[in-house]
This record gives sequence, C-alpha cells and structure tokens, in this order.
Amino acid sequence: MAVAAISKYEFAPADTQDKFHGARLLYIGWEDHLLFCAPFAFPFPPTMRFGDVVAGPMQAAFGYHPDFAQIDWAKAEWFKSGKPFAPDFDKSLAENGLKHKDVIRFRTPGLDGIKGSCS
Amino acid sequence: MDMQVAKKKLGLKERYAVMTRGLDWTPSYQKMEDIYPYIAYEGIKIHDWDKWEDPFRLTMDAYWKYQAEKERKLYAIIDAFNQNNGHLNVTDARYVNTVKLFISGISPLEYVAHRGFAHAGRAFPGPGPRVACLMQSLDEIRHAQTQVHAISNYNKYYNGMHDFHHMHDRVWFLSVPKSFFDDAITAGPFEFMVSIGFSFEYVLTNLLFVPFVSGAAYNGDMGTMTFGFSAQSDEARHMTLGLEVIKFILEQDPANVPIVQRWIDKWTWRGYRVLTLVAMMMDYMLPKRTMSWKEAWEVYFEENGGALFKDLARYGITMPKCAEQIALEKDHLSHQAWSTFYNYAAAANFHTWMPDEDEMAWLSSKYPESFDKHYRPRYEFWREQAAKGNRFYNKTLPMLCQTCQIPMLFTEPGDPTKICYREVDYKGDKYHFCSDHCKEIFEHEPEKYVQAWLPVHQIYQGNCFPEGTDPTVEGFDPLAAVLKYYNLEHGRDNLDFDISEDKKNFAEWRGQATKNI
Repeated sequence: MAVAAISKYEFAPADTQDKFHGARLLYIGWEDHLLFCAPFAFPFPPTMRFGDVVAGPMQAAFGYHPDFAQIDWAKAEWFKSGKPFAPDFDKSLAENGLKHKDVIRFRTPGLDGIKGSCS
Repeated sequence: MDMQVAKKKLGLKERYAVMTRGLDWTPSYQKMEDIYPYIAYEGIKIHDWDKWEDPFRLTMDAYWKYQAEKERKLYAIIDAFNQNNGHLNVTDARYVNTVKLFISGISPLEYVAHRGFAHAGRAFPGPGPRVACLMQSLDEIRHAQTQVHAISNYNKYYNGMHDFHHMHDRVWFLSVPKSFFDDAITAGPFEFMVSIGFSFEYVLTNLLFVPFVSGAAYNGDMGTMTFGFSAQSDEARHMTLGLEVIKFILEQDPANVPIVQRWIDKWTWRGYRVLTLVAMMMDYMLPKRTMSWKEAWEVYFEENGGALFKDLARYGITMPKCAEQIALEKDHLSHQAWSTFYNYAAAANFHTWMPDEDEMAWLSSKYPESFDKHYRPRYEFWREQAAKGNRFYNKTLPMLCQTCQIPMLFTEPGDPTKICYREVDYKGDKYHFCSDHCKEIFEHEPEKYVQAWLPVHQIYQGNCFPEGTDPTVEGFDPLAAVLKYYNLEHGRDNLDFDISEDKKNFAEWRGQATKNI
C-alpha cells in the first residue's frame, strides 16, 4: 500500500484513457516561447495524422505568436519526455508511438521569442 | 446564626484544570483504539499526553467573552464602512480583484480548516490538544463567516463574487487551494496538525495575512483590514499552537523526527505553491503596493522562518529542502503567475490587466535581475497587441501538475527560460509534475494523488458542463458551457479590466461622490 491508511486504500486513477471518449491526451510545449504560460493539453484521437495536429490545433493554440508563422518545420527539433524524437508528419499519433498523456516539446532554432526574451 | 461566607472563586490555574483536563476520563467499557482509530497508523509515537503544554491557557468561557468583544467591534466597523460607501474609497477598482481572489480562494479554506481542526481534535486522546483544536476550529468558522460578511458588501457593486462557494469546487485555478486543504484533511490527525497548524499557520501564514491585510489598508479598504486584524489576533494563537504541537511530537519520541521532517518538507512546498496567488496579488493586483513578493519572502520566510528552524535544530529538524528552489524562484514567481492569469483571463472570476509604465518601473526596481530581461518584452508586446484590439486570450487548456494542480508554468531552477517538466510512470499511466518537490510528494503516496480532480482533464472528460448539456450538438461551444458550469457570466465576470463593468461603474460612482453632476 503506497499510502498510510487505517484500512484498504485503493482508488481508480481519475484520468485513464478509457475516460476520454476515444481520445488520448497529448501535451505539447513550445520551447523558448513563454508568452504561452504553460504547455498545452489536447485530447486527440490516436488515428489523427501528426501533420494535421500541427496544421490544425497547434496553429490555433500557438498561432498568436508572431514567430509561429515563421517556423520552418523541417528544422524544428522535437523531444518526447525530454529525449529527441522524430515525428513522421504523415503518420498517425499512434503510429508515431504517442500514448495517453505523453508530453512532446518542439524547439524552433532561430526563433527565440519576443525580442529574444524567450517570451 | 451562621455567617454566610462567600465561596472562594477558583484560581486561574484550578479553573483551567477543571475546564480542560477535568473534561477527560478513561474509558472502561470501550477499547481506546476503537475510540481513537486514527492515532497510531501514521507511525507517530506519543508516550505521555500530559506532557502537552497549552500555549494559551484559554478556557471556553474566556474565549466566548473575548471573541464576542472583538466581533462587536468588527461588525460596527463593517457597518460603518458599508453605510459610508466605503467601497468608493479604495485606490481604484482594480483593487477589488484582490477581494475576489480572497473570497473565492481563501475564505472557503477557513471553513475547511474549521472541519479539519474539529476532526483532529476528536482524534486526539489527550485533552490538552483536544481543547486547543476546539478553540481553533471555532476561530476558523468565525473567520469564514466574518470574511463573507465583510466582503459581501463588495458583491453588491462588483462582479465575480456572487457564487464563491460554488466556484471554489469548480473553477480551474481554485482547484489549487482546494486540493491543498483536501490533501490536509484527508491525512491523519498528526499530519494535519503539522501541515496546517505548523507549516501553514506558523511558517507561511504571515505571507498570506500580512500582505492581504496591509494591502487592504494601503488601498483604503477598511472592511477587509478590520476582519484581517480580527483574524490576525487569532492567528497568533494558532501559530503558537502549531509550534507547540510540533515540539510536543518531537519531544515524545526520536522516531517521530523523520516523519515530521517529511511532513514539513511536503507542506512547506505545498503551502508555498498556493501562495503563488499571493505573490501576484502583491506585485500586480494592489494599485498601491506595500512591498514586493520577493521582499516579503525574504523577511517572513528567510529571516523569520530561518530563526524558527534554527530553534528546531535541537530536535534534529532541518530547514525544508525546498527553500533552496524557492530562493531561485523568488525573482520570477509573481511575473510567471500574473502572465498565466493574463493568458486565461477569459476563464477566471476576476479581471487582469497589463501594468502601466509606472508600475513596470516599480517592478523593474524591485526585480532588477529579472523583470526587464524576461518579462517586460512580453508585457510590452501584449500591451501593443491589446491597443490594436488584439488582446491575448489563451483558449487552449494548459497542462497541469498532478500534485499542486497549477498549470506547468514554473521554470527550471536557475533557468527562467525553460519550463520545468518532470514525469513518473505509475501502474502503466504517466503523471506529470511542475517540480522535483511535487514529483517526490506523489512518489511517496501515489495512491493519494492518482485520484486528483484536475480541472483540465475533467473538462476534456465532459464532466464540467451544466447538467443536461449535449456536447455532440452542432455548434457546441465548450468554453461557454464550462463558464456556465462555473456560474461565470462571460463578458461581465471575466476578461480584461480595461473593458470591464467594474472599471466603468467605479468611475461613474466615484464621480457622483466627488462631483456635482
């Protein structure tokens, strides 16, 4: 038992994949762009194409930043749980090995926020 | 004829013994462990409950008399404030947002503290701590009531505080203070006493009450200042109780020391994370500033808290290890927090704004190492965009920390340009944290935190829409549905201060009070 208790202490986790109506959570953070105060949480179907995530929800979430329009996606560096990651834009999230509550980050060399402040 | 001799009154000490220790008895037909089921499982060993020394020899009759006097004075001032339209004497209407933060974020915690101390008092076999917990439990429910009474005057005139109790259980950022207390009252009685009685009341309460109350005074809010002073005189007693509890536990058995140290480490960190709200209030929300968050942290934690931990060193207790990281964050915390609320101004029950030029100069002088380099460019960009009619409202939900439930807004210790990501795999699921300390708290008791009600995940699970909502209908607007579930009126209770009804009304009402129009 991983908690001190007077009797049996077992509760189901509140956020398992089965509770998201067919979606999986994916967290995405843009390095050096703290205008967005935190990484984002998205619910996506695992069959969604990675490229569609970038062009759709990511454009909507990060597009306010003037740097976003200047991103050269061929040069973007990706990380999954902090380790280098090479997503295939044409494959689905599941085919890219992304599981429920995975966290990915992307870095866009040369683009480092408002006046270089990482904002 | 016998002379009638007046019966000698009991001396203070005797009266105290009769009204506290005299209330206790040894059960004869029930087992002690059946009556006090919570007393052993945390691992704390108490050998002699009579060694407890009451910090204040206060009895219930004296408590009633003393508090009733205070209440009479408090309500007289609140009445005078209300009848005199005291709300128009505050510095400007931005100030009222601190009161909204207080009523929705802090006052419900007073009520939970009342329940927590009642429960802890019931759980202790010793009459000394039982009586002390009873007094504090009563204090806490009075605090909740007096705060509601004082602040309800503002609710007649300003938006966002019409349903604070409902909001406390639902609105995303209020899950931070709520989860802090939920964690504490679902712990054992000794952990509760160390978490709230010691770590929060003794180590951190000055950082909560002093800035709020002196902030109220500086900004002309006599109502809030008065309930603050009324509460603060109780807080002194609570702090003494917290210290007495910890000394009592530590003196009873050396085996208690590592357990207590772990609790101090955990609860100092959890309490500090909740104080993120206070940091941004001090640096951004008070039109007339008292001191910066960084200065307050240095005075109340580093100096006062440092002296306290030196005093506890003889028991083998050391400074909470999180103090090192907090020292690195003190230059950044309030700016990062305010940026977050600026992002999510469409989903909070108070308004946000960008500091004006004078305020930026103040921030720059208080934070010479960090403000101009890291935060000013961001603010100037937001201000320019807002002037062009493109005010930034972040509509995508943030990733949250599993333990403190705050959006993952904190940066790596020592590097304010990199978000701090930590994660753990537990029983086939991933869990994410804002810091090493939140991660460690989870790893020690994962079963407790896997159940966390994280607002973002609950929204995505469809659990934060009003009853009867069908999210599959065409044109469904999830944000609108979530705001209805919060009981927030879009465009009135939220968004930027500059376009708010609060700002407009305050200017008109103050105009009527000072001009002959």
